Amino acid sequence: MQTALRTSVPETELASRANSAPHARVAREERPLHVSGLSLNIRGLRKSFGDNEVLRGIDLHIPAGQFVAIVGKSGCGKSTLLRLIAGLEKIDAGSISFGDEVQAEDIRVMFQEPRLLPWARVLSNVEVGLGRDRASDDAQLRAEKALTEVGLVNKRDQWPSVLSGGQKQRVALARALVSRPRVLAFDEPLGALDALTRISMQRLLERVWRDQGFTAILVTHDVSEAVTLADRVLVIEDGRIAQDVTVNVPRPRERRSVDLADLEGSILRALLSGDERI
Amino acid sequence: MSLIDSVSLPRNFRLPRVDGLVQWIVPLGIIAIWQVASITGFVPARVLPAPSDVALAGWKLLLSGELVRNIWVSFWRASIGFLIGGSIGFAFGLANGLSQLSAKLTDTTLQMVRNVPHLALIPLVILWFGIDESAKLFLVALGVFFPIYLNTLHGIRTVDPQLIEMGRIYGMRDGELFRRVIFPGALPSIFVGIRFALGIMWLTLIVAETIAASSGLGYMAMQAREFMLIDVVVLSILIYALLGKIADSASRVLERATLSWHPAFQKR
Ligand SMILES: Nc1ncnc2c1ncn2[C@@H]1O[C@H](COP(=O)(O)OP(=O)(O)OP(=O)(O)O)[C@@H](O)[C@H]1O
Ligand SMILES: [Mg+2]
Repeated sequence: MQTALRTSVPETELASRANSAPHARVAREERPLHVSGLSLNIRGLRKSFGDNEVLRGIDLHIPAGQFVAIVGKSGCGKSTLLRLIAGLEKIDAGSISFGDEVQAEDIRVMFQEPRLLPWARVLSNVEVGLGRDRASDDAQLRAEKALTEVGLVNKRDQWPSVLSGGQKQRVALARALVSRPRVLAFDEPLGALDALTRISMQRLLERVWRDQGFTAILVTHDVSEAVTLADRVLVIEDGRIAQDVTVNVPRPRERRSVDLADLEGSILRALLSGDERI
Repeated sequence: MSLIDSVSLPRNFRLPRVDGLVQWIVPLGIIAIWQVASITGFVPARVLPAPSDVALAGWKLLLSGELVRNIWVSFWRASIGFLIGGSIGFAFGLANGLSQLSAKLTDTTLQMVRNVPHLALIPLVILWFGIDESAKLFLVALGVFFPIYLNTLHGIRTVDPQLIEMGRIYGMRDGELFRRVIFPGALPSIFVGIRFALGIMWLTLIVAETIAASSGLGYMAMQAREFMLIDVVVLSILIYALLGKIADSASRVLERATLSWHPAFQKR
């Protein structure tokens, strides 16, 4: 099996992935409907902006299909790590490799802002997510299916401006899902939502993750969200992974259960302990 | 500028359904008062002829074919000048908005030229072109160029970078990115430019035709002044106003059709 290695050497990863050979397409279509996630291997990853050393050596292995949450103080480099994984920033040193050959459509990112095109109807916004398959005959069908998955197929012909914040984020999720990605990275996707919408979105995320089996990487400020959703919580501090906590609570999980609360408490204490030292 | 008005109107502010008629109440009222004032001799006909006299003058000119010919000439000059200046401005706006190199090369020069009022060039233009058609077209094109250039450039530069990044993430190449993200994002601003340009187009044409022309509405007005035909002068002015209004409405219709996604243009 060929391994796509992402190191500091190649120029823009996005471009090289987009140019991958046509034979890769065939392999893609033969894949079973139930998509399997990709495993992820990060070695000695470093990234700085000017003098600001943001990531100072991240070593991390994520098995295929795992749900990982990343928490840490504001500005600790969570988004940077996610953007590196998604190929949106250049790596300074180290490498990120996936367990299989990857194409642009295999890795998707969802941001805190829905980033929908205001001038495209909901359905066309979802079609954007198909990447190079946008022009194919079944594009509309696939987009409709993705919209059904997030429960918004009845809004297919609306403009994004008439949707609520939570609905917009669901459309963004459908757009990310429509290409059946094998890694889905979330950068605080629920950060701007109210508490109730947040909970229903968390359920939705968990459901699609279970149904589709992609590898999920969720950056969040909310430790309780992290322990509710993830198999594993990573705490980033000083540019490194300071803690790697496995959440051994069977699903479906009960929010606010004692086990989760304990875990949440200990992670929060770890996060705050740095402050007391200062 | 009315685009700005309509964009910045609060969402729930709308005139009732009759607004198609409401807007004509004031102009019609003014004409009625004017007519009464003329008939009663409150306003002497030397100063301002009665609306009925203006209409009569219009009717006579219409029968002689002079009116239609002059309107057509002016309309033709306005549209061709607008098309030439608008396309060049749009092209430069696109080039400088999309390419750093092109912007570095030309933007400073264009900004410098912009500070010269284009009507100040009239003497020079007459020396170059005489009172030929090309003189008018040149002036209109020059006047129209800058609002379209500046607003296209501004529109492209201010497209949400997050949307552009999104487009790239989802594998859009340059052409598709332009078609799906950059151009639609710049369109509201481009329309602001078009509306400004339409205003400048009429203004330039009036001045140019008044000073240097042998046909057109401005020329018709100047001729009439020489023969003291004040009703024709007033008629020309009214026709200018009407043409301006028509151009504005046309751009509004286009705007509504292409910006229907914009919250400011959505029906409630
Ligand atoms: N493009 C950039 N240019 C310069 N500095 C940057 C850039 N992107 C991020 N940084 C810096 O890198 C550091 C980490 O930023 P990052 O966005 O990854 O933090 P974060 O952990 O996601 O924070 P938050 O929780 O507030 O979103 C910050 O100090 C930020 O100022
Ligand atoms: Mg962040």
